Amino acid sequence: MTRITVVVVVLALALSAIRAGKEEAARKDVPARVAVVLSVGGLGDGSFNDLAFAGLKRAITEFGVEGIVGEPADHAEDEKYLELYAREGYDLVVAVGFLMKSKLDKVAPHYPETKFLLIDNLSDCENVRSYSFREHEGSFLVGALAALKSKTGTIGFVGGIEVDLLRKFLAGYVKGARYVRPDIRILKSWAGSFNDPVKGKEKALAQHRQGADVIYQAAGATGNGVIRAASEEGFYAIGVDANQNHMAPGSVLTSMVKHVDEAVYRSSGDIAGGEMSCGILDVGIAEGMIGWALDKYNAALLTEAMKARIEEISAKIVSGEIVVTPDLPGEFE
Amino acid sequence: MILQDVLTATIFAATPLLLAALGGLLSERGGVVNIALEGIMLFGAFAAAAVTLWTGSPLLGIIAGVLTGALVGALHGTACIYLRADHVISGIAVNMFAASGTILLLKVVYGTKGSSPQLGSLKLLGVPLTVHLAVVALAAVPLVWFLLYRTRFGLRLRACGEYPEAADAVGINVHGYRLAGVVLSGVLAGLAGVFLVMTAGSFAKHMSAGRGYIALAALVFGRWRPVAVAIGCLVFALGRGVQDVLELEIGIPPQLSEMMPYLLTLLVLAVWPLIRRGRSAEPPAALGRPFVRG
Repeated sequence: MTRITVVVVVLALALSAIRAGKEEAARKDVPARVAVVLSVGGLGDGSFNDLAFAGLKRAITEFGVEGIVGEPADHAEDEKYLELYAREGYDLVVAVGFLMKSKLDKVAPHYPETKFLLIDNLSDCENVRSYSFREHEGSFLVGALAALKSKTGTIGFVGGIEVDLLRKFLAGYVKGARYVRPDIRILKSWAGSFNDPVKGKEKALAQHRQGADVIYQAAGATGNGVIRAASEEGFYAIGVDANQNHMAPGSVLTSMVKHVDEAVYRSSGDIAGGEMSCGILDVGIAEGMIGWALDKYNAALLTEAMKARIEEISAKIVSGEIVVTPDLPGEFE
Repeated sequence: MILQDVLTATIFAATPLLLAALGGLLSERGGVVNIALEGIMLFGAFAAAAVTLWTGSPLLGIIAGVLTGALVGALHGTACIYLRADHVISGIAVNMFAASGTILLLKVVYGTKGSSPQLGSLKLLGVPLTVHLAVVALAAVPLVWFLLYRTRFGLRLRACGEYPEAADAVGINVHGYRLAGVVLSGVLAGLAGVFLVMTAGSFAKHMSAGRGYIALAALVFGRWRPVAVAIGCLVFALGRGVQDVLELEIGIPPQLSEMMPYLLTLLVLAVWPLIRRGRSAEPPAALGRPFVRG
């Protein structure tokens, strides 16, 4: 019995020594340690979480920061992960997704030495930097492009669950389409789920039968069904968050890109450089955090005139000549 | 024009429900409660996507989905029939196992937790596979009816679900027939999962999205009778089809069509005893009751 106790104690001491040594080494070698807590869904969502991870990877190679990724299995675990990384002494803890706000507001005040980054929601805590994206600006651009590309004069939108965040996408889309083509007909559907590509496809096909030949989706994996429908039936889909042009080359007109990766990358750079400002950052096209995707997969779908027009509108949004507000026109409520 | 849109939408929305509900029917008429339909669909869907991606052949993918469904059905059947597990608990276990198990498989095989890569072209003889599967689902209605009411197998299976002691007394292998019912159930539910993958063009986590439960609702709605169950599936799917089209014309909240299957099922459960003077919506008499040879 005593012998076992001795062995256990020795082992424990050895382990903690190794660990302490490691931590010390880590502190010496790296400019900063960054932990990213992903939103439920985790890696492989082809969008939000993958973007955050991509930003971290870039920060690791370019700034030499040490990084770790936490994947909570459900929202109840969010707080546990935030707390864990803060306690372990990470310099920057990133909370991905608007649902993290309440948990972050609880954890952040207890770790004043740690900096936090909140994506997609706003926090008042002193040691938190919050990013709020003006997705309606990017949606305005892809809405304009959809209206320019449409032959039928009817375009569509398929959303996941009807929440304020996604209503901003629809609002921008509607306004952008009407900006270039006031008489455009716009159909909208809410799938009621982010994990049902079959339903996404059904919604897209229903819109296509009603004449829509370009459909914008903001619906997570449900949206993959919209892209599938476009590639099978020969109309166009528009990707969201990440650049999804590659998912069905020739069928994805463009993607509304939201640079969650940039947010993680830039903040990691700031913390590695020694100084990271906190507070609320409202970012859009002007800050280079929102945009539209043009690459080899969709280049053939766009004429020079279309590209020029979208660039012109983009420049006008940056200069303030066009102001895109996130409120939804009444008839789309 | 709009009518045609609604009909097309209805048939495709009904296909996975029909397959899963008829599967559930074969299991439950033999006496084994099968709320595992949701999980069996997910496993079948994953197998179909993985094998199609691996071999490049959607036909092999279909076979894999069906075999996987049969296997999971056999697992549920063995637990319920031979190990005398509670049918509902075994079913819940299968569903939870499938929900996280397929995510684990996604992670191991494709390194992601969201969706599999996109499948290539999913056509057979120039016609989308989903159309073939929709035809199979519609054809399954008379086939299941014939199997149950016009074959020796069907008669014996129903006997095992109604009064297993009597079936046993005349020399029927009750456990064997019940297992066969659950395995057939797995085949059909697996095929329902295959249809989802062939529609979406990839596997996504949790993509059965409650269709297994709607199929169960149709099973109760149709009071365990093939034609009535099929009508139930079509009615529920019609709700979806109408929703998809009407939402574009006049904004009706999607929650309305989401709750309709369950609401209608509750109505049938509540109203049926009234019109049939106190008789409940009669499930098979020995449903959920393990058979122990006395």
